Amino acid sequence: MIGHVLFFAFATVLIAAAVGVITSRNPVHSAIYLVLAFFTSAGLWLLLEAEFLAIVLVLVYVGAVMVLFLFVVMMLDINLAKLREGFTAYVPLGLGVALLIVIQVAHVVWFRGQDTALMDTPEPRPEGYSNTRELGSVLYTEHVYAFELAAVILLVAIVAAITLTMRKRPGLKVQDIARQVAVRREDRVRIVKMDAEKD
Amino acid sequence: MVPVSYYLLLAAVLFALAVAGIFINRRNVILLLMCIELMLLAVNFNFIAFSRMLDDVTGQVFVFFILTVAAAEAAIGLAILVVLFRSRRSINVDDLDTLKG
Repeated sequence: MIGHVLFFAFATVLIAAAVGVITSRNPVHSAIYLVLAFFTSAGLWLLLEAEFLAIVLVLVYVGAVMVLFLFVVMMLDINLAKLREGFTAYVPLGLGVALLIVIQVAHVVWFRGQDTALMDTPEPRPEGYSNTRELGSVLYTEHVYAFELAAVILLVAIVAAITLTMRKRPGLKVQDIARQVAVRREDRVRIVKMDAEKD
Repeated sequence: MVPVSYYLLLAAVLFALAVAGIFINRRNVILLLMCIELMLLAVNFNFIAFSRMLDDVTGQVFVFFILTVAAAEAAIGLAILVVLFRSRRSINVDDLDTLKG
C-alpha cells in the first residue's frame, strides 16, 4: 500500500516536472524542472530497489550535468523572444505524436500484456541484499571491457570539450615562462663607461 | 511494490513528453539537449523495470553505461553550443544555415 502511494506521488511530480521542462518560457526554469525530474526519478529507482543507480543519478546528473547546463544557460546571452516565435504552431503535432506513442505502448503493455509477467508485482529483496555488491560483481568481471571502454569515452569527452572551447585571443598580455627563464644578464643590463662629471 | 507495467507506462509517458518537447522547442538547442536527457531517463526506467522483473542485474549495467555516455554527450553538446554561440551570437536552429541545407 505504501509502495503504491509513494509510486503515484513520485510519478505525478515526475510528469509535472517533465511538462514544466518542455513548456517553460525561460531555459533556466527548464533546467530547474529537469533537476526536479531527476530527483523524483531517483526516488522511483529506489522503489525499484536499484539503490546504486539512484544515488549515481543524483550525484552525476544533478551534481554535474545539470550544473553544466545551468552554467551554459546563464553564460549565453540569448534572445528569448526570438526563440519563442512559432511556439504554439507545432503544439498539436507534438501532442499528436506523443499521444500516439503512449497509446501504442499502453496497448502493448496493458492489453497484450495481461496474464504475463508484466502484471506481476516483484517480491521485495531479502534482508541483507546489496544492490551495489551485485552490480559490482558483474561490472568488473563479465562487463570489464565495456567498463574500460566507458572510461575511454569519458576521457575522449573531456579532451573534446576542452579542445572545442579553448581559444587563443590575440592582443592578450600573458607571461612567456620559457623566455623569462632563458633570459641572460647581457640581455637586460648595459654597463656604460663614462668619465666622472665636474662642474 | 507496484507491478512492472506501471513503470513501463510511466516511462512511455515520459518519453512521449520528451518527443513533444522536441517538436515544441525545435528552435532552442539547449531545450533540445534537455529533451534528449529526458528521453534517456525514460529509457533507463524501462531497463531498470525489466531488470527487476527478470531478476537480472545486467539491465542495471546497461543503465550505468547509458548514464556514462549521456554525460559525455551532454558535455560535448554544450561545448559545441558555446562555440556556436561565440561565432554566430545565436543558438537558434534557424540561423544554422551555412550549409544551405
